[in-house]
Amino acid sequence: MAQQLVLTQDQELLAQTALDYVRANSPLSRVRALRDAGDPVGFSRSLWQDMAGLGWVGILIPEEYGGAGLGMADFAVVIEALGRNLAPEPFLSTVLLAGQLLAGAGSADQKRAWLPGIAAGEKILSLACQEAGSRYDLNRVSTTATAGGEAWHLSGEKVQVLDGSSADALIISARTSGGKADPHGISLFLLPKDAPGVSITPQSRVDCRAVALVGLEDVKVGTESVIGPLGAGFPALSQVVDRATVGLCAEMLGGMTQLFETTLDYLKTRAQFGALIGSFQALKHRAARLFMDIELARSAVMAAARAVDADDAEAAALISLAKARCSDTFVSAANEGVQMHGGIGMTDEHDVGFYIKRARVAEMTFGDAAWHRERWARLRQY
Amino acid sequence: MADLETFRVETRQWLTDHAPASLIGTASSELEGNWGGRKAHYRNPDAKVWLDRMAEKGWTAPEWPTQYGGGGLSKAEARILREEMASLRLPVPLIGFGLTMIGPTLLEYGTEEQKHEHLTKIVQGEIRWCQGYSEPGSGSDLASLQTRAVLDGDFYVINGQKIWTSYANFADWMFLLVRTDPDAPKHRGITFILMDMETPGVETRPIKLISGSSPFCETFLTDVRVPATNVVSRVNEGWSVAKALLNHERSMIATAFSGGGGKRRGLRDWARKYLDFDHERLADTALRDRIARFEMDNMAFRLTSERSRDAAKAGRPPGPESSMFKIYGTELNQRRQELLLSIAGPQALGWEGPGFDERELGLTRDWLRSRGNTIEGGTSEIQLNVIAKRVLGLPD
Repeated sequence: MAQQLVLTQDQELLAQTALDYVRANSPLSRVRALRDAGDPVGFSRSLWQDMAGLGWVGILIPEEYGGAGLGMADFAVVIEALGRNLAPEPFLSTVLLAGQLLAGAGSADQKRAWLPGIAAGEKILSLACQEAGSRYDLNRVSTTATAGGEAWHLSGEKVQVLDGSSADALIISARTSGGKADPHGISLFLLPKDAPGVSITPQSRVDCRAVALVGLEDVKVGTESVIGPLGAGFPALSQVVDRATVGLCAEMLGGMTQLFETTLDYLKTRAQFGALIGSFQALKHRAARLFMDIELARSAVMAAARAVDADDAEAAALISLAKARCSDTFVSAANEGVQMHGGIGMTDEHDVGFYIKRARVAEMTFGDAAWHRERWARLRQY
Repeated sequence: MADLETFRVETRQWLTDHAPASLIGTASSELEGNWGGRKAHYRNPDAKVWLDRMAEKGWTAPEWPTQYGGGGLSKAEARILREEMASLRLPVPLIGFGLTMIGPTLLEYGTEEQKHEHLTKIVQGEIRWCQGYSEPGSGSDLASLQTRAVLDGDFYVINGQKIWTSYANFADWMFLLVRTDPDAPKHRGITFILMDMETPGVETRPIKLISGSSPFCETFLTDVRVPATNVVSRVNEGWSVAKALLNHERSMIATAFSGGGGKRRGLRDWARKYLDFDHERLADTALRDRIARFEMDNMAFRLTSERSRDAAKAGRPPGPESSMFKIYGTELNQRRQELLLSIAGPQALGWEGPGFDERELGLTRDWLRSRGNTIEGGTSEIQLNVIAKRVLGLPD
C-alpha cells in the first residue's frame, strides 16, 4: 500500500463536522420514531436536504454534474459518522449504488438527467438487483427483458430494493440472454417508478430500513433506457457494488464503534455484587478483544477506500478483507453488546437492539464474511 | 535537505568502501546476527571486521550521543543509514539487549559514570547483556520478585534465582531486579542493578523446552557481591526503570512480529506441496477457508501496524494500545504454525531422524515453540489487562 493510512487534515475536519451534525440532528431516537411511524419512506427528507446542502450527497459525484468529485476515502468519514447512530438516509441506494452506476456506465444524457438532481438532494434513485434466489451473486438474474419492436419488455420480481418506495426511478438488472446464472447477457434498464406494469410494495425488514418488492409485469421501456452496452451489465454492476461495499463498511465501522462505546459506558456504570461489572476480568478481556477487532476493521476499511481511489490492483482483495472484517466484527460487537448489557439489552426499549438488527442486515448485504473469504481465495488462486 | 543528500552520498560511499564483500547481500531478519560480547564466536571473521569498522564510527548505535561512542545521527540521518544498508542488503553489524533494552534505559536513567562505562562497551560489541527479570515465583506478577539484595559496606549481596534469562550462558553482564526492602509494598522495594556475570556465585543452566533446546536459562545467585555504585536510578525505585525497559522490550517484540515474514515460505506453497488441487482450486474447502481467514487476518494486522507507523510519522506516537500488536502478532504466528501442521498432516509429526525432511522437522519444533509466544514478554492476558485499563479505562 503506497497510500498513507491516516486522515488528511481536510478529512479530519469533514469527519468532525459530520460527527457534530449527527450528534445534534440524528440521535438514535429518530430511527426509533421512523420505525414506530411505519412510514414507507423511512428517512427524513429535510435531513437529506441538509446533507445535500453540506455537500455530502454529492461527494462522489463528478463536478460537472454538480458534485464535489472527491473519493471514497473522503466519503467514508461522512458515512462512518452517520453510521454511528444508524442514520437511514438514502446514501446507499441513491449515491453509492444507482448514482455511481450512472456516473460510471450511464450515457451523457442519463447523467445530465439524474446526477445533478441527486447531488442537490432532490432525486432518489434505487438499484433493483436482488432477487429471492440470488443470495450474494449479482449474476443470478431471473428477471427477463425481451425485445419487442422498438421496446424492451421486462418481467420478474426484485426483492429488498432499498428505498424502492421513495425512488423517483429504478435501475433494474434483467436478463437479455443466457442462462440463470450466466454472467453474460445481463442488461441494466432505467425506468420511472410509475411506468405501467411496475408495482412497488413496501417490505418490513428486521433493521427497519425502507425496502420494497418491485414487481415487473411486462413493463415496456424504450431502448434509450438501457444503461451501458447491452448484455454487459454484470461487470458494471460488480464494479459498483464493490465500491459501494467500501461505503457500507465505513457505515458499519461507525455502527460498531458507537455500539462498543455504549457497551463500555455500561460496563463502567452498572454495578453488581457491589462492584462495577467492568472490573470483572471475564468482561474486560472480551472488551479488549473487541477493541482490537475494531481497530483491525478500521485499518482494512481505510486501506480499501484508498485502494479504490488509487485504482490499485489489490483493491478487490482489500474490499473483501474490509467486508469480511466488518461483517464479523459488527456482528460480534452486537452479540457482545446485548450479552454485556444483560436483560436490559434484550428489551426493545434499549438502543442496543437496533444495532444487532442492523449488524445482521449489513453483514448479509454485498456478501457475508464467508463469501468474501471465498472470493479472497479465488483472487489468490487457491 | 541538501545536507541530507550529501550525507546519503557519503554514507553510500563509506559503506561500499568499508563493508566486507562477503557480507554484502546477506541481510536477514533483525533477530539473527552478531550478538557480540567476550564469548562471541565468529564463523565468518568478516562479521567481526564489519562490527569493528561500524563501531568505530558509532554506527552500531547510530542515534546514541557521540560522547558515549554512538553515531550522534539525527533520526533522518539514521533512516538514511538504514536505507543505504538495506540497498546493499548489509546485515546490521550488531544486535542484542544492550542496544535495544539496557542502552536506551541507561541513557534515560544512568549516571554519567554508568553511561561512560557501559554504553561505550555496548557500542563496541564488547559486552553482551542479559535480562534478569522473571523468577520461578514471579512470572506475570513480576513485582512480587523475591531475589534479595542486602547492603554490606559498599556492596550489595544478592541471593535468589532468575528464570527465562535468554542467553545468560553467553552474556557478560546482566541487568536485574532485586528486592532491597522486603517490608515496603511490593512495587516500592525493588532496585534495578547491573551485575558482571563473572562475579563469584553466579551460575547459569540452560532450559530445555517442549520444542527442544532453547536460549533460555535459569540463573542462580548465591552471595553475589555487586558494587552499590551499580544501582541504576535510586534504591527502591527500580520499578519505574523496569517499566521503562519493558516498553523498549515490547516495541522490539512488536517489530519482530510485524514483518509478516517476507522471507518465509508462504502457506500457499506448503498447500501446493501437500494438498490436492482441483481445477486450480484447493479441493479441501474447509482448509481453503482457514487459509483465507489466516491470510486476511494477517493482512489486517499488517495494515494496522502500517497505520500505527503512519500515525507516528504524523506526530501521534503509539500509546498503550500497542499491546494489541503483541497479542495479535503472537496469536497470528501460533495460528500460522497450527495451519501448517494441518496442511502437512502426519508429515508434521516428526521429532528427528529418517522419514521426515528438514523442513518438516522444523514444522514440529516451530509449532511447539510458538506456544510460548503468547506467554513470553508479557502474557496475552496481561496485555489484555493493559488495554482494558489504560486504553478503555475500565475500572480495577
